[in-house]
This record gives sequence, structure tokens and C-alpha cells, in this order.
Amino acid sequence: MSGSAHGNMNLTLHVWRQKDAKDKGRLEQYEAKGISPDMSFLEMLDVVNEDLIKKGKDPIVFDHDCREGICGMCSQMINGIAHGPDTDITACQLHMRKFKDGDAIFIEPWRAKAFPVLKDLMVDRGALDRIIQSYGYTSAKTGGVPDGNAILISKENADLSMDAAACIGCGACVASCPNASAMLFVSAKVSHLGLLPQGEVEAARRVRAMVEAMDAEGFGNCTNHYECEATCPKGIKATFISRMNRELMKTIPCPPREVKAGGGA
Amino acid sequence: MRWYTTSLGKKFIMGITGLLMVVFVLAHMLGNLSTFGGANGLNAYAEHLRVFPPGLWAFRGLMALAFVVHIITGVLLYLENRAARPVPYANKKNDRTTFSALTMVWTGILLGIFVLIHLLQFTLHAFNAEWAHLVDAMGRFDVFTMVSAGLSNPLWAAFYIGAVVVLLLHLLHGIQSFFQSLGLTNENTFCSINLGGKFVAFVLAVGFVLIPLTIFFGIVK
Repeated sequence: MSGSAHGNMNLTLHVWRQKDAKDKGRLEQYEAKGISPDMSFLEMLDVVNEDLIKKGKDPIVFDHDCREGICGMCSQMINGIAHGPDTDITACQLHMRKFKDGDAIFIEPWRAKAFPVLKDLMVDRGALDRIIQSYGYTSAKTGGVPDGNAILISKENADLSMDAAACIGCGACVASCPNASAMLFVSAKVSHLGLLPQGEVEAARRVRAMVEAMDAEGFGNCTNHYECEATCPKGIKATFISRMNRELMKTIPCPPREVKAGGGA
Repeated sequence: MRWYTTSLGKKFIMGITGLLMVVFVLAHMLGNLSTFGGANGLNAYAEHLRVFPPGLWAFRGLMALAFVVHIITGVLLYLENRAARPVPYANKKNDRTTFSALTMVWTGILLGIFVLIHLLQFTLHAFNAEWAHLVDAMGRFDVFTMVSAGLSNPLWAAFYIGAVVVLLLHLLHGIQSFFQSLGLTNENTFCSINLGGKFVAFVLAVGFVLIPLTIFFGIVK
């Protein structure tokens, strides 16, 4: 089938192939033929993989789960941009109509010391889970479902908290940061709990525990490039990092009682 | 947990020491403008700075401390950030960041070297020992003649103008970074602080660059 006969495209892919965590890895070239502009980026990779399997070759390993932009699994650096050349989307929501016939597409895994590559495009994002385990929760006893408006929350705080809670932990912020810093992720988690009355009680302990856990994972430091904000599929703003800085600074004069990381309720 | 050992703590240290130096640079630039008052203006200003030696030395000590801490913390951050991405991307596109943000460590190192040369030249008179004995008609140390002698040389004039360009690059990112790192920005102020920081950086650069330009071209005599 000719690529352009039905508006379909032929593309050249340069994909990162790496056998396992110990392998050095390299970019390898593949041809993606007859790709419909209506396909998602992951469907295009499915087509390429089917072809590879038919030829008896090892398919390209990539992470995916929901394929509707909420699980945060599809971690791919597409043509140098986390989740590819579109705004406020994950790689699974990227459509092939963003590309044109004959394009060369570079696909690489997230690059960070804290995200070791397991195979090809799949990385271990367990570092983000361990940060959540350190204090990404509230240990208040909430009981049953409360009546609406039983606890009054200002509109501004409710909105900001919801904005922060949109974080799906995909790691695009780390991937696109020139320093591989996870501060947008951590600041979103610190803020979405700290802005609400139930989470505010433990805000001081939370920010200290989560920053400590973040540093222990070997992420870089934020130097205010704001690349994270540019590629965040959920549009989380870098001003949450400022809010986190403020939260930690507030704890300096009177540090809260330390609790063991991973403790809580 | 000691706050100053954390990633955020190091940002606070960078911001506070950076702010101290920005305030100094602002005062230094305003003081330098007394050059436009001729020999009398600049020499009188320099004389005033030395009225209370303990104050002068306390100030110099604070600045030296800020200078050293800022450099050490900055280099530490740079090394940590490099280590955080051991394998680089084959293909990486940046969207928001700027040349000035990406070159902070290099413009910082250049400014550090500049400060040392500047102190050697005009404070310690290391390149022209005879400058130490310059005295004006009123018996004051003749700063104006010293500065004119230095900046009439095209190489020194170019050196100072180059240093101002490096300072501008460093502060275009540095001033607004102070507010972000110390948690002083929010959704409403973020854009204005960013623009305000750049505006102050430009004002500083214009103020500083006027001195070598006007002296070199003989506008101020």
C-alpha cells in the first residue's frame, strides 16, 4: 500500500532500543508505512510492532495503560518534547495528524538518573511512588462522607487544589527539565493536600518529608527554566513550585516534630 | 532534616546571597553615576564611603561571604543537576527556557573572575601601583583620575563593557529567580515579577555601561 494514497503517511522512526537496564542502548531506525493520520501515536507504534513481530524481530517495548490521558504511563520523548508536539496531552492522546508524510520521528525514553530505563522506552518511575509514600497523603480520620459545605473551603483554594490534583505523575516534568528535577510533581502533591483544611494540619511535616524523599531519589534541582510547565499534560503551573518553596520556608523557624518517612495513620 | 542541605534550601541560599549582591550592584551603579559630577563628584562620593571604616569592613565582609557562598552553592547545584541526567537526550527541544537561564553557571563564573580582576585593578591597584598615591586638589584620594586612566584604554573599556553584558545575562534570569526560589510569586504576580526582574537588569546594565562609554569617548572629563 502506498503511504500517501489515502492520506496515509510513511514515516521514519528513530527509536531508542535497550535490552535491559544494564545495556548501553542505541537509536535504531524503523519504517512506519501506511500510517493513518487518525491513529494515535501509540496505535502507530502498535502497527510498527505488529510488523516487527511478523518479521520475527523483538517489538519495541513501551509503557501504556489507559490510553485516555489519565494514567500517566506513556512516557515518551517524541522529537525532543515530552509527550510530543502538542500541548496539554499525553503521548497516547497525540494524533498522527500532527506529523506529515516523510517525517523523521525520534522516540526516546525519559532521561533521568531517578528513572532507570528497564527496556527500550519503558522506565521505572517508582521514584515518584516512593515520594508519595513519604507523605503524599493525609492521616486525618475523615469518617463517613461529610455533608456538602460542612467544611467551608474558599473557592480560590478549592480551585488551586484541584489544579494541583490534576497531576497524573507521568514524569514529563522530570523528562523535560534541563536538570531532571521533580519539583513540579512534588509541588503539585504538596499543594493539592496542603490547600485543603484536612491536609493543611500536616502541611509542614508533609513538605519536609516529601522534599527529603525527592532529594534522596537523585532528582536535580529546579533552576526556574519552566520547561516542566510547558510540557505538563495537565497544565500544572510552575507557581506551585513557588508555593512549595514558601511551605518549606515557613517550617524553618519552628521545625515540626519529625515523623518516620512512610509513617502516618 | 537540615533545611540548608535540601535542594530547596540551596535555592533559598542562592536567592538570598544573590539578592544581597544585586542590592550591592544597584548601590554601586548609582554611586558610579557620581562620575557624571566630574572629579569632584566621584572623589567626594568615594570619600564618603570611607568615613566609617568599621562599617566599610563589615560591609565588605558581608559581600565576601555572600560572594563565596553563592559561588560554592551554585557550583554544587550545577554538579548535582548534571549528575541527575547521566545519559543525555539525542534530541531535546526547549520551549520556555532562555539562553540566560541555561548559561547561569558560566556567566556566574565569568562574573566571579571579573570581580577579582576589578578589585585587583581599582581597589588594590595591582596593575598600576602609582594609582595608590593619586590625590586631588582637596587632598582626597583621586578616584576620578584613576578611573579615567583605566577606562581610556580601549582594552579595559571593552573589558568593562563585556562584563556588563555578562552581568545583564546573569541578572535577566537571576532577579526573577530570586522571587520564584523564595516562594514570593503566585499566579497573579508571576508575569509582572518576571518582566520587572528583566527591567531592573536592563536598568543596571545601562547605568554601568554609561561609565566606560562616556569616559572612553571623552564625554566625561
